[in-house]
Amino acid sequence: MAVGIVGYGAHLPRRRIKVEEIAKVWGADAPSYKKGLELLQKSVPALDEDTITLSVEAARNALARAEIDPKEIGAIYVGSESHPYAVKPSGATVAEAIGAVPDCHCADFEFACKAGSEGMFVAYGLVKAGLIKYGMGIGADTSQGAPGDALEYSAAAGAAAFIMGADERKIIATVDETFSFMTDTPDFWRREHQFYPSHGGRFTGEPAYFRTVTGAVKGILEKSGMKPTDFKYAVFHQPNGKFPKRAAKMLGFTFEQIDIGRVVPWLGNTYSGASPIGLTAILDVANPGDRILMCSYGSGAGSDAFIYTVRDRVREVRDRAPRTRWQLDENVMYVEYGEYAKLRRKIRMAGE
Amino acid sequence: MRDVAVIGVGMQKWGELWEKSTRDIFVESALLAMDDAGVDRLDAMYVGSMSPGIFASQEHLESLMADYLGQKHIPATRVESACASGGLAFRLAWLAVSSGISDVVLAGGVEKMTDVSGGQATHALATAADMKWEGMSGVTFPGLYAMMAVAHMAKYGTTRRQLASVAVKNHDNGLLNPRAQFHLKISIDDVINSVKVADPLNILDCSPITDGAAAVILCPADHVKKFKKPGVKVIGSGHATDTIALHDRADLAALKGVGEAAARAYKMAGKKPEQIDFAEVHDCFTIAEVIVSEALGFFPAGKGGPGAEAGETARGGRIPINTSGGLKSKGHPVGATGIAQIVELTEQLRGEAGERQLKKARVGLAQNMGGSGGTALVHILEVM
Repeated sequence: MAVGIVGYGAHLPRRRIKVEEIAKVWGADAPSYKKGLELLQKSVPALDEDTITLSVEAARNALARAEIDPKEIGAIYVGSESHPYAVKPSGATVAEAIGAVPDCHCADFEFACKAGSEGMFVAYGLVKAGLIKYGMGIGADTSQGAPGDALEYSAAAGAAAFIMGADERKIIATVDETFSFMTDTPDFWRREHQFYPSHGGRFTGEPAYFRTVTGAVKGILEKSGMKPTDFKYAVFHQPNGKFPKRAAKMLGFTFEQIDIGRVVPWLGNTYSGASPIGLTAILDVANPGDRILMCSYGSGAGSDAFIYTVRDRVREVRDRAPRTRWQLDENVMYVEYGEYAKLRRKIRMAGE
Repeated sequence: MRDVAVIGVGMQKWGELWEKSTRDIFVESALLAMDDAGVDRLDAMYVGSMSPGIFASQEHLESLMADYLGQKHIPATRVESACASGGLAFRLAWLAVSSGISDVVLAGGVEKMTDVSGGQATHALATAADMKWEGMSGVTFPGLYAMMAVAHMAKYGTTRRQLASVAVKNHDNGLLNPRAQFHLKISIDDVINSVKVADPLNILDCSPITDGAAAVILCPADHVKKFKKPGVKVIGSGHATDTIALHDRADLAALKGVGEAAARAYKMAGKKPEQIDFAEVHDCFTIAEVIVSEALGFFPAGKGGPGAEAGETARGGRIPINTSGGLKSKGHPVGATGIAQIVELTEQLRGEAGERQLKKARVGLAQNMGGSGGTALVHILEVM
């Protein structure tokens, strides 16, 4: 029985702030950040956008492509490190908003930047087990970087939703293989009541991201008996523009393979949404038969890798919702640091 | 005083050693040195380490390292003299053997710098400056050496390209050193176009933050035949200090403390600068190598920059400097740097430097300094 993606959708905030604008405030060298991180700008959520609203929009886009009755969705998982509530599920609000209640299993996931792919994995597993007809996994974040920290240049907002199902007529891309790689590697963390995360600086690179991503990709290639040239596209977690390029090179993938899914230079790091949004950009342009490798990464640290094969139906459904590249390039509003500080609630208001 | 020889060296690859702790990297290098010398028992040990308290929340390193090295109850001493901690540990080990109080002595150095953030590492290093008058004003070492560079440029016309040529040469040498942190070929333009740190110094003018250790074994020169390998003799040791604050010096474009230490080492060795075949010097910044090469008498004041650009300090040049890759390419785990210089000298003098091996290596000089030159150590070693 084939199980795969029957609907997918992304949602990106309209607002952007450029690297130069942030660097100007901190007296930092913008060209070196742009070159070092391979970032041009990042998305900024509006005052009324949070992980839940971004998830709802992405879920609606996925539903529009899947053309299914939302009541048939038996599970909804929202993965995020910026759930608006410490206690109160994001997924319940999303399920209610799209009409998937009450016959629905729901849980919020958190594993730094890989919470989104976890939701996809669990939804896929439940469909494959025959427990539910459809399951939805969402990766969404409105992440914060401390003012002046290197993370401030990348921490962005966005969401991607995927509906998994086994309905042959609905499948857009089959899930052919999965593999997860996980160790206790503390490279990035945020304790309860802390507003901004802490990170281990350069430790987040070699022993954390690269070890984990290459471990997961090598694992899935070995498990599936495939090699990098078997794939038309690949998308790796993209905390900045440089890391996925280097991971690709280390693993023997070409820039052409990762180019379409590497949206981070224009979007920033959408954390739980990062590799899932990259996957939506690939599905927007992929042809039937194309094989796609996806590998998320979450600090702490783990990666979930997936192999997909695209089916004919993708051509039929892809324009039922806004394409990801369109959301990246069109209808964009640039904000200055002052407005950004307001939108990201970095300004302490009277009565707070 | 007895003549003293180096009879064993040990050093492993330097870099960001995420999987290893301070004690791991020290003990690994110390065991290599003991194995190289063919000794299993030390009479004493000196461990250079600048700031394990800040970098690894661990003080009392001498006892810890003696314990983990399996050398219970030996007299062990931790030596702190900023980035010259290693050089001073070597001098104290030399004194211990020379005085007759100990026969087989280990001089080592270690620093595990990457377990703290860049800001904390900068702070730890800045404590080697005059905290009251320099540190509290916000000046860190890139800033102090940048001021020295500006002064040298103004006084002698030293150019940006000349400084860059020091980094290019040291990276070229580092390519041949398997233990170097960076194996990265760079060009003059790469250095000139790299990220600005403190004008006129860019990131490729600066030595990195490094995890690393090194160790050497010393013994009386007349005991050398008892051990595995040919010894190299320590023929000169010079130690001097200078004002800790840069602004208290009459000439910012010179390193008088280095000159004093060198004069003492040359006098003890009975050598002149022209008789030195090669040198390892403290290139924490490119300008440092230029000024040091003048203070050591290899170039007249103001000619260090043109000399470097002309290739006089390259491996095939008149006075090869930093064949190991120097601090710039090999790395700069501050407490270990002075010992690693002795490792390179010994390997060159024994003819064991592999692809880096110089044709003529009979007399080598090591120069290590702390802060902006507030402490200077110079050692001269010769083939026996």
